[in-house]
Amino acid sequence: MTTTAPPSPASTRRRRRLRPTLPQVLPYLLCIGAFLIVWQLLSALLGVERLPGPINVLVDTWDPYISQPFFDDGGTSKGLGWQILISLQRVAVGYGLAAVVGVAIGGLLGLNRFAGKGFDPVVQVLRTVPPLAWFPISLMVFQDANTSAVFVIFITAIWPIIINTAVGIQEIPQDYNNVARVLRLSKRAYISNIVIPATVPYVFTGLRIAVGLAWLAIVAAEMLKADGGIGYFIWDAYNAGGDASSSQIILAIIYVGVVGLLLDRLVAWVGRKVSKGAA
Amino acid sequence: MTTATSSPAFLEFRDVGQVFQTRRGPFEALRDINLQVRQGEFLCVIGHSGCGKSTLLNMVSGFLQPSHGSVTLHGKPITGPGPDRMVVFQNYSLLPWLTVWQNVEMAVKAARPELAAESRREVVTHHLEMVGLMEARAKRPGQISGGMRQRVAIARALAVSPAVLVLDEPFGALDAITKEELQEELLAIWREQKPTVLMITHDIDEALFLADRVVMMTNGPAAGIGEILEVPFERPRRYEAIQDDPRYGQLRNHALDFLYRRYAHDVD
Repeated sequence: MTTTAPPSPASTRRRRRLRPTLPQVLPYLLCIGAFLIVWQLLSALLGVERLPGPINVLVDTWDPYISQPFFDDGGTSKGLGWQILISLQRVAVGYGLAAVVGVAIGGLLGLNRFAGKGFDPVVQVLRTVPPLAWFPISLMVFQDANTSAVFVIFITAIWPIIINTAVGIQEIPQDYNNVARVLRLSKRAYISNIVIPATVPYVFTGLRIAVGLAWLAIVAAEMLKADGGIGYFIWDAYNAGGDASSSQIILAIIYVGVVGLLLDRLVAWVGRKVSKGAA
Repeated sequence: MTTATSSPAFLEFRDVGQVFQTRRGPFEALRDINLQVRQGEFLCVIGHSGCGKSTLLNMVSGFLQPSHGSVTLHGKPITGPGPDRMVVFQNYSLLPWLTVWQNVEMAVKAARPELAAESRREVVTHHLEMVGLMEARAKRPGQISGGMRQRVAIARALAVSPAVLVLDEPFGALDAITKEELQEELLAIWREQKPTVLMITHDIDEALFLADRVVMMTNGPAAGIGEILEVPFERPRRYEAIQDDPRYGQLRNHALDFLYRRYAHDVD
């Protein structure tokens, strides 16, 4: 590298961000390394058949599950990329519906004190129901596994969205309401200038909790009854009981975790973009 | 300079009392308040904490209804908040998701819907210029200082051209220099539009600099108006000129005597 011109501050800053220094990555390297070593030791202790170590997982699943995420042998034999996309599609429908319906119901419960108070016990009871407890009843109602899975996502994700939206509206600072009263804002102007911007951070808190729950629920629902999807893949691998099945399960678990994290971060990022100065 | 057209009872408190129902029984905050405010008058209300100053103002802004008696504007009782009685709150109450410009514009749009977009822009520009904030118009409240926020709140309040301007200790949280600047800016805008001003303050010097009359409250419960000081200084006023006036010291001592001897308050 020639050193004729000093690098501009901006370019050094960019380079520093691109090339992380050792002290920055050291904690990750050491701690994740330690985690993998303990895992490998545990595997050696229990036997590879019962618990494959990280190296076994890599070796067992490299071809085709890691190297070809999008293979398709027909039927339900698909790459993990496809399986995750199938699950994500179900989540997208269920979660999308939950977001729309949840914000609408939460908005009504927040704006209408009577309804907010009256429905609160219903919401409080139903929100604690574990996702899979909804599955049998939705199978009975919809008579279809795929629709039922989507409904389970919907009904699991909707409660935190309803609750946070309603609380966000109830918690609008009195100052802002006073401004609205002095200016005699119309209902419409009040909602667009004050209610929505003040509530957006709360709504996104709810949406963020909900996306975590939705992802949790889809994997469980697919394990019970579904064609395809990452949850189906895990259960299928377990039932197949082949040599590599435990490695496949572990790999799928890692994928589930990473996708769940990405979903959480995505919703948080959108929330930050949307809420501007309010957060 | 006083306007000759002002009617004597523009804003009137007649036998006003305020009793709050609390869990420990009724609490009488104000009793027998009688006060007439002229149109265009600048009135400061001074008193210890808990003397019902804010209660008094809340009945003008319409957030509270008197338990006894009546508060009337133009002879009509005040029944609720409205933009003809604009409020500058102690904590600014700007909407944090709107820019400086949008905060003022939103108020003008809501309170003066008859203005066309062009005139609205002129009104907003004019008031932001009066408080020296045109440069900062694209910033959000979180990005500017407390003094600047209160300037925006004042600009917002006056941009709707209210008949009465209500200020609840607007400069309480500001440092001395910023406070003095804002007092002068407030007087400058007030001179231009001549709204009737009711302002709560803790600061005797501030009251003597700004007001035509200073209403001094007795201590609560059942607080009332103890005394009203006429402030005789010529306008436009300048701090240095007023402080050299021998009457300034007399008025100041009188007010201090009222607040700290006759109505001393050990909790404050």
